[in-house]
Amino acid sequence: MIQEKAAQLIDEFSMFDDWMDKYNYLIELGKSLPSIDEKYKTDENIIKGCQSRVWLHASFDGDKVSFTGDSDAIITKGIAALLIRVFNEEAPAEILNADLGFVDQLGLKEHLSPTRSNGLVSMIKQIRFYALAFQAKA
Amino acid sequence: MADLKEIRSQFPILKRKVYDKPLVYLDNAATNQKPERVIKALDTYYRDQNSNIHRGVHYLSQNATTAYENVREKIRAFINAPSSKEIIFTRGTTEAINLVASSFCRKYVREGDEILVSAMEHHSNIVPWQMACEAQGAKLKVIPMNLEGDLLMETLPQLLSEKVKLVAIAHVSNALGTINPVKDIIDAAHEKGIPVLIDGAQAVAHLKVDVQDLDCDFYCFSGHKMYGPMGVGVLYGKEKYLNELPPYQGGGEMISEVSFEKTTYNELPFKFEAGTPNVGDVIGLGEAIRFIQDTGIDLIAQTGEELVKYCEKRLLEEGGITLIGTAENKSGVVSFLIDNVHPYDAGTIIDRFGVAVRTGHHCAQPVMDYFKIPGTIRASFSVYNTKEEIDTLLVAIRKVKAMFC
Repeated sequence: MIQEKAAQLIDEFSMFDDWMDKYNYLIELGKSLPSIDEKYKTDENIIKGCQSRVWLHASFDGDKVSFTGDSDAIITKGIAALLIRVFNEEAPAEILNADLGFVDQLGLKEHLSPTRSNGLVSMIKQIRFYALAFQAKA
Repeated sequence: MADLKEIRSQFPILKRKVYDKPLVYLDNAATNQKPERVIKALDTYYRDQNSNIHRGVHYLSQNATTAYENVREKIRAFINAPSSKEIIFTRGTTEAINLVASSFCRKYVREGDEILVSAMEHHSNIVPWQMACEAQGAKLKVIPMNLEGDLLMETLPQLLSEKVKLVAIAHVSNALGTINPVKDIIDAAHEKGIPVLIDGAQAVAHLKVDVQDLDCDFYCFSGHKMYGPMGVGVLYGKEKYLNELPPYQGGGEMISEVSFEKTTYNELPFKFEAGTPNVGDVIGLGEAIRFIQDTGIDLIAQTGEELVKYCEKRLLEEGGITLIGTAENKSGVVSFLIDNVHPYDAGTIIDRFGVAVRTGHHCAQPVMDYFKIPGTIRASFSVYNTKEEIDTLLVAIRKVKAMFC
């Protein structure tokens, strides 16, 4: 399922010829992601990036992991939305075994430097960290 | 007076394109670009002169030693220090401050003492003092500022208590551009016998610095923010302090005699230059100072001032812009926010126009906390920048507004 959702995203992104369209789409994704519940905007859920703050919260029903996320920067929130779309409602093992090649295939890395400034890499790390913790619990 | 177009043409990197657009480099407070002559000086050093200095009797070593020591003398003259013994080469401003924080606090600071900094310091002029204070059981105190970005000078007499052992303050704020009244601060501190360190990282490339006129006890700056190479900087310190301070690092060069029982240290300035120095970059820095002198510090200062004024005027005309830092006396830096757009979002789009600005907290988180903002967008200027480049920034800002507002 993760690969299917990832493939769909790659398909969507392939329609954009220029960077401006990609950013506009990320902004749309960011705006459409519901804000995280204030009670989850805790230090524990924060991913400390260099420039914007990102919160990622995960819950586990014993079977699948649900993610919610937020950021004070809208492009970063768009990236969070994109990752949540791929990894939401998946089993911990699926998340941990997922091929992350889609991140490169989205062509985002060429537009968003893979530095800590946008949190892309840290977000993926955090998603996997949650999955690992829930897997141990399951 | 040198022609600005001709000056700009001396910088090879400014001819390059970014995303197929001409590079507009407005991140000069982070590091500025290097003229051809500095790049050549580095190249020539490694082609023709490279050798370890101070200990070789052979031709190359003696030549390199002379070249290195000539730059020390050049820097002495550049900041009008009384003696070249008072010029210590470091890796940069950060290392210069760490050196003083470590050596000065070990010698003079004890439990219950205080070090005084300001509310607008760069992390490099906060953290070394915090570390040294922690080691000695001392406390860090802060001179507050107002919303314009001016220090509250009226608080100074009270803050300068007998507990204060040293004041460390930025000449020019990297985040706000404020030129601090350092001479007044130095005079006030000296009245109470307290020495003052000035972080001159943002000042030396824009203002004429005369350490005797300022009467500061320490002055620190980096080569790479003044058209010179990265990895080299300067600590000026009054001889009377440098003689008293214990060495910062141990190694070769800084010793007089070594046995397993006892080591005696070399004289100034070598006591503080342990190990093989960064000879190539020091020589590059010498060439950067020649560039500044040939261009004229007055022309550099005036150009910077005009660009700051023009940028602020254009931003205010544009509307929806909040300037962060509106002090009367500013240099080189315009910090601002676009409506409610996060600086990271704005910076991401501005970048696509080939415009390099800095976004974020500029290593001055306490300043951002004070203004209750996540960061700013910062445009900062060097002598080669033009009003047309600021116009391009404005085009990018309009796009940011269209996308996010």
